[in-house]
Amino acid sequence: MVTEHEVNHIAELADVGINTGELGTFTHQFNAILEYFDTLDQVRGEQAFTRDLCNVLREDVVEPSLSQEDVLRNAAAQEDGFIKAPRVM
Amino acid sequence: MAGYEICFEPDDRYNAFLTTCKKVTYGPGKLTGVAVAVKDNISTKGIETTCASKILKGYIPPYNAHVVELLMQSGAAIVGKTNMDEFGMGTTTENSAFGPTLNPCDTSRVPGGSSGGSAAAIAGGMVRMALGTDTGGSIRCPAAFCGIVGLKPTYGRVSRYGLIAYANSLEQIGPMGRTVTDVSTLMGVIAGYDRRDSTSYNKPYTHTPRADIKGLKVGIPGEYFGAGVDPKVATVVNSAIGRLEELGATTVPCSIPSMEYALAAYYVTCTCEASSNLARFDGVRYGPAADTKKSWHDAYREVRRAGFGTEVRRRIMLGTFALSSGYYGKYYAKAQVARENVKRDFARIFSEVDVIAGPTMPTVAFKLGEKSDPLSMYLSDILTVPVNLAGIPAISVPCGKVEGMPIGLQIMGRPFEDERVIDVAYAYEQEVT
Repeated sequence: MVTEHEVNHIAELADVGINTGELGTFTHQFNAILEYFDTLDQVRGEQAFTRDLCNVLREDVVEPSLSQEDVLRNAAAQEDGFIKAPRVM
Repeated sequence: MAGYEICFEPDDRYNAFLTTCKKVTYGPGKLTGVAVAVKDNISTKGIETTCASKILKGYIPPYNAHVVELLMQSGAAIVGKTNMDEFGMGTTTENSAFGPTLNPCDTSRVPGGSSGGSAAAIAGGMVRMALGTDTGGSIRCPAAFCGIVGLKPTYGRVSRYGLIAYANSLEQIGPMGRTVTDVSTLMGVIAGYDRRDSTSYNKPYTHTPRADIKGLKVGIPGEYFGAGVDPKVATVVNSAIGRLEELGATTVPCSIPSMEYALAAYYVTCTCEASSNLARFDGVRYGPAADTKKSWHDAYREVRRAGFGTEVRRRIMLGTFALSSGYYGKYYAKAQVARENVKRDFARIFSEVDVIAGPTMPTVAFKLGEKSDPLSMYLSDILTVPVNLAGIPAISVPCGKVEGMPIGLQIMGRPFEDERVIDVAYAYEQEVT
């Protein structure tokens, strides 16, 4: 069972933001879903990694890409050709 | 038809489209003269692409998805972007921020989801073909509910470049159409290698459907006809399988014991991947502006609370929880073991049979508003998610009706044998039409 307090904590970790009015419903539904997920406890077998796959990488060289103008077009806040973001500190 | 301009202003009474392109031109190529609709989670340069989410309202992609480039090269006219469950998260298209799509067969019912707009646009006669995406059944479910054909290709066969990601390890773009031939033609256009998708596999599709299925071995898994499946649906699908036998196929009973855990494994995997993928929607590079005067977390939470619908926030939170410290082994690691078990079950069965057949969905299309509880909505995906966990191809083809609503016959095949599932669906379609 997860509590409303834990669901609120998860919402904070995920940066989704939930209203206090939604917390009870979210918690109730969360518990029903997690109870269903708990059937996985009965799964038998080792962690199996598929071995017939390989990583696909390319050389780290500059290739043609979108123009600065195209990249910035959808950004709501810009300054001097940069995207403006909220302060981190 | 090349160079011919059309005016696309359909009577969209089903709310199938989020955007329509009023004036479009056909190019030269094998799809010249064909109007194609594109699901709104596939990037179209210069055409608004929202994933049916408020958080992408007004987003104009600066580039085309690989499949969109291929459509244009083939001469098709892209006439609009179709409605869907927000970011593909749903089974009914009711989770769209822009209102639900209605089922053209009965407007009091959902079209299925998440590619419900694409299915309704075809079933409602507005377009001949459409692209959908299938993460856990999102092409096959609406195809079944609306009475059209939809193919979920083998994972890797169609490039995901330009598809706005929800659960990368599960999802594929695929063709939808009124007939198997149309689906096969569209598959021929969109399949093939693309270096911009690191999971792309170099196997173009050049097939023409063949109706000969003499000697074909069809596996019939007991789990697809058991508890939770409407007996009336099972009866219709069984009689469709009987038609395949009349055409020379033989049926072999089989079992997929790993299905007991497949749905939980699917929802753990897709929510975990979603929690990571959807972190990019923060109001900085696109979407409604984050308040840059606020602190990082406060600004993001505000944008994401206002921009994401309830189901999207629920799945992000479930994934965040399942990946959080102390729970990873219990949920994610176990889900990957369960996923491997599903793959092994399919591999074992496919060593004895050529295809597996069963219903696409356990019931007919739900009434609008019928599935209000998220878990009961998730449970309706039980017959479609095993295919995504295993990465194999599967098609849904209409096979009859129950209470006036269409039923889909699902044909699943070995990896990279998309051609074979097309042939079986084609043989059935030719037999009944």
